[in-house]
Amino acid sequence: MQNSLTAFPFLVIPSRRKICGNWALPGFPAFGGRLHDNVLIIHPRDNVAVALRDLHPGEEAKGKGVSGLRVLNEIPASHKISLRDLAAGEEIVKYGEGVAVSARAIQKGEWVHTHNLESKRWRK
Amino acid sequence: MTEITGYLRPDGKVGVRNQVLVLATVSCVNGVIQRISREVPEAVCVPHAFGCGRGGPRDLQILFRVLSGMVRHPNVGAAVLIGLGCEIANTRNLTPLIKDCGKPVEMLNVQECGSLKTAQKGAEAARRFLTELKAQPRVPVSWDRLLVAMECGGSDAMSGVTANTALGAVSDWIVERGGTVIFGENTEMIGTDHILARRAKNAEVAERIVQMVKRADQLANDVMGNLAGVVISPGNMDGGMSTIAEKSMGCIFKGGSTVINQVVDYGEPPTEKGLVLQDGPGYDGDSMAGLAVSGAQVMFFSTGRGTPAGFPALPVIKVASNSRIYKAMPDDLDVNAGTLVEGKSRDALRDEMIALLARVVNGEKTKAEANGMEVFTFMTVHPPF
Repeated sequence: MQNSLTAFPFLVIPSRRKICGNWALPGFPAFGGRLHDNVLIIHPRDNVAVALRDLHPGEEAKGKGVSGLRVLNEIPASHKISLRDLAAGEEIVKYGEGVAVSARAIQKGEWVHTHNLESKRWRK
Repeated sequence: MTEITGYLRPDGKVGVRNQVLVLATVSCVNGVIQRISREVPEAVCVPHAFGCGRGGPRDLQILFRVLSGMVRHPNVGAAVLIGLGCEIANTRNLTPLIKDCGKPVEMLNVQECGSLKTAQKGAEAARRFLTELKAQPRVPVSWDRLLVAMECGGSDAMSGVTANTALGAVSDWIVERGGTVIFGENTEMIGTDHILARRAKNAEVAERIVQMVKRADQLANDVMGNLAGVVISPGNMDGGMSTIAEKSMGCIFKGGSTVINQVVDYGEPPTEKGLVLQDGPGYDGDSMAGLAVSGAQVMFFSTGRGTPAGFPALPVIKVASNSRIYKAMPDDLDVNAGTLVEGKSRDALRDEMIALLARVVNGEKTKAEANGMEVFTFMTVHPPF
């Protein structure tokens, strides 16, 4: 990261995933309730779902309103998975609102993150 | 629907607690407050770091608004103000701002009789008020008399997925019953101004939202320079948030989905019902004070990494975003929204939270309340002179 943080070399920037990600460890009791759900759709308009644990290529993503969705990449817990094929330039909808735009075509089941989308805010 | 009760105040407000507040007007007298707190532990004793040494108009406005707002707070039945005498926010200057609220207020100044005698007189007044307040009855009130604050802090990647969606469902429920919901933290609205503005009641409110978020954005850049990027930090991205809009959506979702009827200034009481935004900072302590002084009688506070922070005279209901932190901090967290990824439906969790809210309104202590985890600090814009 390029910013004035380099002036404070002793600072450790906490990683939310590493520190708080234990809830998502496979086999952790948090997932004793509904073992079959591994993704969650937050809002009915959304075209992405949230991974509830680390997802692996080839396995099926399951959750309320999700069926027949094959996972295409390694998707870390709390990251997004595409619910359908998206063309380049389409809105990524989460919380029922457009939160980003796809930078290229994204396949159903693909990991959706900074590598294949861009922020509308900082789009040049 | 669950019945709720409260205390009717002379100024027409409804309190859900009947506390005796013992408040310092300036940090110089904190020792006196601490003595009173040892003598009268049932009183809500509030020492703090403010009260003088600040001359800018914005800091003075906030200082007077917060100190008088604590006395005026609906959950406070009576107050003892401990002043020094020569400070800017002294009891004389505070009097015009609190005299019309109609509740008993005792004002004492250390420069008149010294610290020990002031502590003794303050403790006597607090004890007397406690006895008087015990005689006041709770009466049934309707849900539309409630102003509920929504706050998030110590967030993690699941805060926006579980806890804040649960808070949003509760917000919608309260608004539907004619109540008021308020949330602030303008830094956590950056990137969503167009979404919030679209939900505004009218063009004026929409414009106020856009200006508020623009100023928060500008301030972040002015103060932090290129560090402003940490508002969407590598840690956030590691947690799966790809853009600032996505991160902010997770924060503003706690206010639910209803029309935004008003934007109020930091600590300013809303005049509209329904969903209201506060133009206040993201830092938990400062934000809580602003929401409390706006007149919120109860607060929901979502957290993923965990925080024990409560607020004086204000019941704060802590909502965990994941089961791990809920189990790790049993003394601090009231609700586990992590159950949303374990099969519990959002409706079921929402109904449990509303039932808990009703019990808390009716007097059940939250964990932060029961364990005395109150934090009191508030927003300033300039350093003291």
